[in-house]
Amino acid sequence: MPESLSFGIDPITAHAWNKDRTKLAISPNSPEVHIYHFQRGEWKLEEVLKEHDLKVTGIDWAPNTNRIVTCSADRNAYVWTQSEEKKWKPTLVLLRINRAATCVRWSPLENKFAVGSGARLISVCYFEKENDWWVSKHIKKPIRSTVTCLDWHPNDVLLAAGSTDFKVRVFSAYIKEIEERPVSTSWGSKMPLGLMMAEFSNSTNGAGGWVHSVNFSSSGDRIAWVGHDSSISVADASKGMAVCVIRTDFLPFLACLWVSENRLIAAGHGCCPMLFEVNETGKVHFAGKLDASLKKETSGVSAMKKFQSLDRQARTETNDTSLGTLHQNAITSVCLHTGNKANATKFSTAGVDGLLAIWDFNNLESAMRGLKFN
Amino acid sequence: MPWDSSIYFRFIDVYDYNVAYSEESCGSLIWLFRPLGIDQSIWGTDNIEALKTVLRNAPISSRNQMVKDAALNVVMQVLLSMKSSQIEEAVNALDRDHLDILMKYIYRGFETPSEGSSGQLLAWHEKVHAVAGVGCIVRVLTDKKRV
Repeated sequence: MPESLSFGIDPITAHAWNKDRTKLAISPNSPEVHIYHFQRGEWKLEEVLKEHDLKVTGIDWAPNTNRIVTCSADRNAYVWTQSEEKKWKPTLVLLRINRAATCVRWSPLENKFAVGSGARLISVCYFEKENDWWVSKHIKKPIRSTVTCLDWHPNDVLLAAGSTDFKVRVFSAYIKEIEERPVSTSWGSKMPLGLMMAEFSNSTNGAGGWVHSVNFSSSGDRIAWVGHDSSISVADASKGMAVCVIRTDFLPFLACLWVSENRLIAAGHGCCPMLFEVNETGKVHFAGKLDASLKKETSGVSAMKKFQSLDRQARTETNDTSLGTLHQNAITSVCLHTGNKANATKFSTAGVDGLLAIWDFNNLESAMRGLKFN
Repeated sequence: MPWDSSIYFRFIDVYDYNVAYSEESCGSLIWLFRPLGIDQSIWGTDNIEALKTVLRNAPISSRNQMVKDAALNVVMQVLLSMKSSQIEEAVNALDRDHLDILMKYIYRGFETPSEGSSGQLLAWHEKVHAVAGVGCIVRVLTDKKRV
């Protein structure tokens, strides 16, 4: 059974872990960020970060430099560092956007971060030592609508962005002031800031939906995204940008995460994390549901079972409205917990039901009969 | 004259309608002539082939509302003329893309109900949903191009 932590009734809009997973930062659908600390067997609220004026839309925690970056609908982002007294102190970042920020991600080397926004641009921010402040550079062309999700390539330069204009684009976020020229990758060799390396459409014949989440695989060659048309797609730069899309039977996914070079997790409105596998030819297929809850999901419950459950739960009414999954409402975010994108053993999901669950592949293996994990 | 026949009264008389002969509308115009082929098979035994044909030629990319309406009428004829026992077999014979298009027509059919049509369409909806899940219904809502 996955470990689950309840943070009250408010939806969890974003969550992030510190390096050793003893601390958790969550935003309960408000302008606040709550930091929880795992002490003596339980999660205690350590501090509340109150600086934003409007709802916090994204949180990311840099594991090595131990800095938290938060972005909000108030068009601001703050970088939080811990002082000697263990209090978190905010530093304002000038994003120079005139619409809400939607998502934020530290780069792999933690020397910069990217913020997506409704201003149809991405702000790539880095720390300028001379003036002691965070400066942003904009990636604008050819984004035509709100940027909903971001993910960095392991080379610390390339950035994937999904948008509500039904497109997924890979940009170069090379900041010459703070880093060396990157070596060429399967996405291209010349990478000046703002150059679009690749563009993928989440729509065929005008169909499609908003891109909710985008994720680079651990090698950086593959990129996966999920769209509101209940589709999941994988593109492979090492195979000439070949794309494989599957339009699933499930409700749309809101988050996706690679857990090995060939396996990815997707979760969303269906309230259940799903496992997808990519074979050698690049074809994606559904591998199984990871929520092996005992309660039946189908509506075909027999009369006998109905009265039994009534009796067991001491109810008098027959309407049992709880879902057959652990999460009782949509899952909004998925984070790596233990391992890395090449080999993950645990991942966490947070949802609109205020629940944060940690899923362990080793436990799931026995529950999922017939599936083999390498 | 086939245009006098009662079943064709609902189709556009192409001689009255002035259409710019662009590449797109030429392909869509097939819809005005195709009924001659499809309606024969309605009275034949191969309803499933008729369904496959109408879905394969669905004018999704067309911007011509009259063509789309004509197509809708033909699809409705096919859907409503099939017996309830045949629905499951027909749905199993379709692939995912065609099921998505079929679901779009089912919802479109709900919008303009005729005598007894909604009941039959509900039977179709149940069978398509059993095979293609909720994802199929989500795509009816998210697709910009309507049937």
